[in-house]
Amino acid sequence: MTDLVRFATAGSVDDGKSTLIGRLLLDSRSLLDDHLASVERVSRERGDDYTDLALLTDGLRAEREQGITIDVAYRSFTTPRRRFIVADTPGHVQYTRNMVTGASTADVALILVDARKGVSEQSRRHAFLASLLGVPHLVLVVNKMDLVGWDQDVFDAIRAEFADFASRLRIHDLAFLPVSALHGDNVVDRSARMPWYDGSTLLGHLERLHVSSDRNLVDVRFPVQYVIRPQSSTTVDYRGFAGTVASGVLKPGDRVTVLPSGFETTITAIDSPTGPVEEAYPPMAVVVRLADELDVSRGDMICRPQNAATVTQDLDAQVCWMDERAPLTPGRVYALKHTTRWVRAKVTDVAYRVDVDTLHRDQEATALALNEIGRVRLRTTSPLFVDPYRDNRATGSFILVDEATNRTVGAGMLTGSHGT
Amino acid sequence: MAAPITRSISYALPTLRALEAESIGIIREVAAEMQRPALLFSGGKDSVVLSHLARKAFAPARVPFPLLHVDTGLNFPEVLAFRDRWADEQRLRLVVASVPDAIERGLVREEPNGSRNRIQTPVLLEAAEANRFDALFGGARRDEEKSRAKERVFSFRDEFGQWDPKDQRPEVWSLYNGRVHPGESIRVFPLSSWTELDVWTYIAEEGIPVPSLYFAAEREVVDRGGMLYAVNRFVPLKNGERSDVRSVRYRTMGDANLTAAVESRAADVHAVVEEVASARITERGATRGDDRVSESAMEDRKREGYF
Repeated sequence: MTDLVRFATAGSVDDGKSTLIGRLLLDSRSLLDDHLASVERVSRERGDDYTDLALLTDGLRAEREQGITIDVAYRSFTTPRRRFIVADTPGHVQYTRNMVTGASTADVALILVDARKGVSEQSRRHAFLASLLGVPHLVLVVNKMDLVGWDQDVFDAIRAEFADFASRLRIHDLAFLPVSALHGDNVVDRSARMPWYDGSTLLGHLERLHVSSDRNLVDVRFPVQYVIRPQSSTTVDYRGFAGTVASGVLKPGDRVTVLPSGFETTITAIDSPTGPVEEAYPPMAVVVRLADELDVSRGDMICRPQNAATVTQDLDAQVCWMDERAPLTPGRVYALKHTTRWVRAKVTDVAYRVDVDTLHRDQEATALALNEIGRVRLRTTSPLFVDPYRDNRATGSFILVDEATNRTVGAGMLTGSHGT
Repeated sequence: MAAPITRSISYALPTLRALEAESIGIIREVAAEMQRPALLFSGGKDSVVLSHLARKAFAPARVPFPLLHVDTGLNFPEVLAFRDRWADEQRLRLVVASVPDAIERGLVREEPNGSRNRIQTPVLLEAAEANRFDALFGGARRDEEKSRAKERVFSFRDEFGQWDPKDQRPEVWSLYNGRVHPGESIRVFPLSSWTELDVWTYIAEEGIPVPSLYFAAEREVVDRGGMLYAVNRFVPLKNGERSDVRSVRYRTMGDANLTAAVESRAADVHAVVEEVASARITERGATRGDDRVSESAMEDRKREGYF
């Protein structure tokens, strides 16, 4: 039995992210011969001196032509210890929203820096985003060590500078690794050229990270996604509430409360894709049956009576703005999706904008432009059932959608100081 | 920093069950939010697994959407028979959009190379429009092809069915945005995170039936540029060509004139799982003439509205 670990990579243009992923795939033997052959052929045709492993993930024509990464690419690979899903996220300033996309579901964020350039504005931005998005584990990968003569002093200086910045962020677990993605040093195989480094290789580190304790198994939150009511004579009484367990552990016999009605009842059975189960926990997709005939529909939430989500129409959140067409401004109304519930939300206040390089809070800010992050207050048309994002990534997050264009324009993380 | 052993063991979902849960969650979300979904069904293993997951997602109720098959007229007969049997057993409505029929009507024209890969796109789009489908499930996986690796789970298509890879909606957490204007639609890929090996392992664990062509048997084949094509009415022998009988199986179920077989002794599902686990060539690379056209063959087809 393997477990599934998701990691996101971030870094500036030319820091070698795509090359690093290519190296991970190649050296862990996750790459099949025809993919490698096609990359070798394209590399040769372009006149590269060596096989450009970045071509493995840069799948779009424009990316291959321009030698850049435009959009998040997802790749899977398996080692004897773990299954990994990699989100390779582009590093351009204008594509920060892709980092948010990749990091939102990640267990681990790898931030690459070029050993020659050190910690850049982009590295700080990415570290801030990773911490904002609650990625539990962060790895600073100091790449291109070959180009600085495998020098320990260079690595130590970068580590010190980054650790200083990171101390001001909420980061639970931080590791530093000196590598050369181009030559493979310390990616999968240990480097003979950096004897001063006695830590694990990147793959070794990823294989041993303890991720299962990152899940919230305490607070029962089950957003109702779909009501199952078979229209057949053999199952007339069947009424099941389908959904994915957001957090906590549900068991038949548990007393539960259903939001927003607040009615209490008991779980009679839990059906999983493999049949009835005695326990349901994240990320299981199950069907919960209840003892009483309550009016429960999509968007409602099943919790425990003594530990329920906060019911509120007033949200206080860090919002990352992702729309290039128009800024977020007070007074504007957006469609908002939180768990399985859509509401409309009006922006009531932009409290401040965060300068992601200095972490300075600009209290004078009145809007958020593309890629800007700030503290925003919103009022929703009907109540949501929320938790602070730091306690619960599923019930503490929402997206904002432009009602005219239907584009996803904002990603929000609740601070916990919402009204009641 | 280790957590208590009991907890990490009892509350860890095996990879395959985590993938299953993710897929079922996506399928339910589409059924809840979209007006008229349909599941694109080719009879290939991925669409069979997808249909199997859809049944689980709504059990004991019935799957609340139909299957849609774009019949190129070049399907393996075994696959068509399987399709009909599957729809019948699963009690699913089957909508068939026919490419030969569309050629007859003048909607599309046969391409000089005989491939119906590109011309099936307008047929698919026409069927989607006629049935007012606003969401189409596909069994595509990100590990299949590199342009697929860039695609969202909920992939927005404009009123012409086009995909714009440079202008995709950000997809954060599992908060999928399926909002569309009339005429626009989404393609949904619940198997995005699965690999070929996951699909086969799942087929074996769940005992899901798949077309017999996936299993090795003695078949008459002709070697064309290293690709082994079964000799049949879609692939007649050309002058000077020689066929021979070899033990082969198919890794994908594309059009019979384009889909090559691979030499294999894997005659049952467990042998196939073992074979896939040790394979050194991807399924499309090994068997699909259509992807060999260029580096961007798949991306170009997808932009036009192909899956």
